[in-house]
Amino acid sequence: MNGSPWFRAVLVAALAVTLLFLTLPVVAIFVDIPPADLLASLGEEGAVEALKLSLQTTVAALLIILAFGTPAAWLLATRRFRGRTVLVTLIELPLVLPPAVAGIALLAALGPGGILGGLLDSLGIRLVFETAGVVVALTFVASPFYIRQAQSAFEAIDPTLLQASRTLGAGEARTFGRIALPAARAGLLSGTALAWGRALGEFGATLVFAGSFRGITQTAPLAIVERFGSDFNSAIALSAVLVVASIVILLSAKYLSTSVGRGRDARI
Amino acid sequence: MLEFEASTAFPGFDLDLKLEVAAGQCLALAGPSGAGKSTVLRIAAGLVRPDRGRVSCGGQVWYDSGRARDLAPERRRCGYVFQDYALFPHMNAWRNVAYGLREVPRRRRRALAVELLDRFEMADFADASPETLSGGERQRVALARAMGGGPEALLLDEPLSALDARTRARAARELSELLRSAEVPTLLVTHDFAEAARLGDRVAVVDGGRIVQLGSATDLASKPCSSFVADFTGAAVLTGNAGTGPLGLTSVLLDGCRAAISSTDTAQPGRVAASVYPWEITLLPETERSRGSAQNHLVAEVVSVTSLGARVRVGLDVGQPLSAEVTRVAAVELRLEPGRRVVATWKASATRIMEF
Repeated sequence: MNGSPWFRAVLVAALAVTLLFLTLPVVAIFVDIPPADLLASLGEEGAVEALKLSLQTTVAALLIILAFGTPAAWLLATRRFRGRTVLVTLIELPLVLPPAVAGIALLAALGPGGILGGLLDSLGIRLVFETAGVVVALTFVASPFYIRQAQSAFEAIDPTLLQASRTLGAGEARTFGRIALPAARAGLLSGTALAWGRALGEFGATLVFAGSFRGITQTAPLAIVERFGSDFNSAIALSAVLVVASIVILLSAKYLSTSVGRGRDARI
Repeated sequence: MLEFEASTAFPGFDLDLKLEVAAGQCLALAGPSGAGKSTVLRIAAGLVRPDRGRVSCGGQVWYDSGRARDLAPERRRCGYVFQDYALFPHMNAWRNVAYGLREVPRRRRRALAVELLDRFEMADFADASPETLSGGERQRVALARAMGGGPEALLLDEPLSALDARTRARAARELSELLRSAEVPTLLVTHDFAEAARLGDRVAVVDGGRIVQLGSATDLASKPCSSFVADFTGAAVLTGNAGTGPLGLTSVLLDGCRAAISSTDTAQPGRVAASVYPWEITLLPETERSRGSAQNHLVAEVVSVTSLGARVRVGLDVGQPLSAEVTRVAAVELRLEPGRRVVATWKASATRIMEF
């Protein structure tokens, strides 16, 4: 497998350029300002507020995604029916949709003049310019990340485990809860991490659908954009927090999808 | 009584098969891989739905395409042992067994699970995780789990094939004891005829989704209905006690007759099964018993003569059943017919020995 020296040099150079290009901006966030200034800007009330809102809305969105996405992914993984491929493609659509388009689409569907706007209004539910709207936008863009991962995790379960459960007197619901969920745990957790990462960075759809109001809909990414004209240090500080969060999420997704999946754990 | 009748088409192969197993009996389905044996178990357990058919057990109808009845697998209560045992990897041994004990009050489950494990000498491993267990240990946990719910039928899919040769001998002995004491019908799937002969009260040779021949193992080996069955049934198995023979050979004193046979295989003294392929056996007139250099000579009575084209399968009685295969020319020359006495002879190197 040892190619000629010049070709190996080309490969190494390509990797070096790629690595530099991708990591330099991230590193720059931490070296651009002295650490003390970084911490000081984080202490500012608006920054904390934005981070808190980000945490609350992403967790709320994740809970919704888990509650609906897990059974939906199980159904897609265990049943073969006409139109299944079309359905899977529709679910994956938000992955490639431009975020601004997602925001417009949400407005058209759930906004005051949207298809379901009248229904929501009569139920007293307001989403636009509200925190609830942020959660809706995050759920919309992040759920495909989880559902795709969950579906393939369910599909990867040894089918004889599920069959054994049935012959032992457990119905499908119990088999799902006691066998499928633990067996697919690694994939489900890494899917959760990926969805969380996507939700945490969400910007476009939220801005279009829910707006950017401090304390109500202004999540950390929106706060960064607002500040970067006026208070660059504060924007950098918030960015640094998001970078750290992203790294933690990425590493845990990688760790979960490799090591925990080996089923070392004998407990239930 | 388990009654099974199903016909169904799969891509590239279809299954059309009918069988019955009485309570306390074991029917072994034997055949090459891809013959549809495991599919029979899956249909019986309700894991696969056939196009047409009827499955009933103990008077209860589990499946009837005519009456649109299809009982869910969890309500059929089959003790199913899967080929690779399918132990739940995230539960330890006792929790695997307790999983099937839902009708038992929660606080009694652990004690009962350990009791079941104890029947298979696995009580000490109650807290062990499946991945720390050896193949033989996993098999016993799987059996304990399958027996746990008080199954209506036992379905065993290649229960010994995942084991190494040494473990298999012991597991086969334990399994045959379990089957002898079982009070429910058992269907056992295997690709190994010797295993089917050992564990099944009757053997059904399955090929291409159909039962090619059904009968006792001896019948199948001595009177195969086709050359496929003749090839598949292969080695005849003789049981006896091993000891040291002359010139470094192992000698086996056969049960049911006072004759001994020799083998080049080595074996510990004690109970063994000796097998020899029918086509390794030469038949001679009774008067020529000492002709030739082969080590083994047994006087035998011809029980049956089955013609398969140019081959003739001869069922013999040497105190135990034995099958030989000769050419039609030889069969005519020897005037083989039931009741005639001949000498069966074969080389010591053609005798393979399996320890019990």
